[in-house]
Amino acid sequence: MEKRVVITGMGIHSCIGTNLDEVKKSLYNGTSGIIFDQDRKDFGFQSGLTGNIPKPDLKPLLKRRQRISMGEESEYAFMATIEAFENAKIDQEYIDNNEVGLIYGNDSVSKSIIEATDIMREKMDTALIGSGAIFKSMNSTITMNLSTIFRMRGVNMTISAACASGSHSIGLAFLMIKNGLQDMIVCGGGQEVNKYAMSSFDALGVFSPDEDRPTQACRPFDSTRNGLIPSGGGATLVVESYESAVKRGAPIIAEILGYGFSSNGGHISTPNVVGPSTAMKRAIEQAKLSPKDIEYINAHATSTPIGDANEAKAIFDVFGENGPYVSSTKSLTGHECWMAGASEVIYSTLMMQNDFIAPNLNFENPDEDAKKVNITGKTIDKKFDIYLSNSFGFGGTNSALVLKKMN
Amino acid sequence: MEMNEIIEKVNEVLVDEFEVEIDTIKPDANLRETLDLDSLDYVDLVVAIESISGVKLGEEDFKGIETFQDFYDVLHSKVAEKQD
Repeated sequence: MEKRVVITGMGIHSCIGTNLDEVKKSLYNGTSGIIFDQDRKDFGFQSGLTGNIPKPDLKPLLKRRQRISMGEESEYAFMATIEAFENAKIDQEYIDNNEVGLIYGNDSVSKSIIEATDIMREKMDTALIGSGAIFKSMNSTITMNLSTIFRMRGVNMTISAACASGSHSIGLAFLMIKNGLQDMIVCGGGQEVNKYAMSSFDALGVFSPDEDRPTQACRPFDSTRNGLIPSGGGATLVVESYESAVKRGAPIIAEILGYGFSSNGGHISTPNVVGPSTAMKRAIEQAKLSPKDIEYINAHATSTPIGDANEAKAIFDVFGENGPYVSSTKSLTGHECWMAGASEVIYSTLMMQNDFIAPNLNFENPDEDAKKVNITGKTIDKKFDIYLSNSFGFGGTNSALVLKKMN
Repeated sequence: MEMNEIIEKVNEVLVDEFEVEIDTIKPDANLRETLDLDSLDYVDLVVAIESISGVKLGEEDFKGIETFQDFYDVLHSKVAEKQD
């Protein structure tokens, strides 16, 4: 028998807040986390805009042996996971006595690889690289660190699916729990945002050049949009079976109803319409709902001309006239890449819990495609019970999740 | 490098790298136990020592080292070899 799958804990470390309460306020007030970083400009970036993520101090929390295996993305993921466990009422004793799984999204470890390579170039001796480098310079670094720090004994793997990594991690956790393979899986997404990680992305010329107005530079769906802004952090969700949550007396935040995935089968970076449309339709179908049941869509829209236009077309294809409210929280956060699919589920769930829809910041002049969907440029005070969150990535990977409030 | 300088520099880098209190490092104290070294930590110990002395310690060098004094003696000898 298939099981119901619920979220019982969330944690976040991002450029719009380093805990759920801060993030909730930023979402409601439309507070941007974007800054101009002169260091990037000096390094040779075409655009020095970036999400501004506070560096956590892990020294009071972890031993040296644990810290030296952690790169930037693992540090953010760890902070988010601590908060998620607290909210889910899970302590180390519970993890020691129950099988808890871990499926986390991550798709780069650039800085760690470059730092190790720099040592090799200077010293020409692998014996002088140090012991932490190997564990920091593998894509699975977040799951290898979190699983050992928290002594987890369930499924343990990293999902690398470009900017849909975090969303797919939730979707795969959903499928495993739904089918009775695990009772609880910690999932999410982590994203390094240092200049080494983002330079090759900037090479494509897709970052907004509006350095003189950082908080207005990210304008998803607006007709004047001219590029995305790189960002990152960590976002963790505790996903478990409804039975497990009830048995533990855990606070049930939301239920995951559907996970739709697809691949575009086309260009490596330019998205299309049919792929995202397919993912959305599948998620809604799996949720046993119809498009009219969806009350809010957290769009993937990053503020690139083609990407946003094609997503608007896909949303119109699925939802037609008079569709649900749509906003892209990337207008506040920038593009949190591997983390985005997980963080945007947290953002949307916070909205659903607190009866509002966060604004699609800087949305002033819709283009022809945006006019056909119900994008809100302002915060809307509104109760809603069901939303859909889109995440798309390079290579044409698409993920859509449908979640429902637990009353 | 004289022995006094070696001891001072080694102790300083070990306190920094392995986050131990300086007063736990005594000549007759056990190196592995005091620094809580596992097999991976020896890799970092080699890196730390190279950074202050230019000497690269190998696996063979650690055979027979029990105390900090043993460690200072081996390093003193290796530094002298390097200078010759």
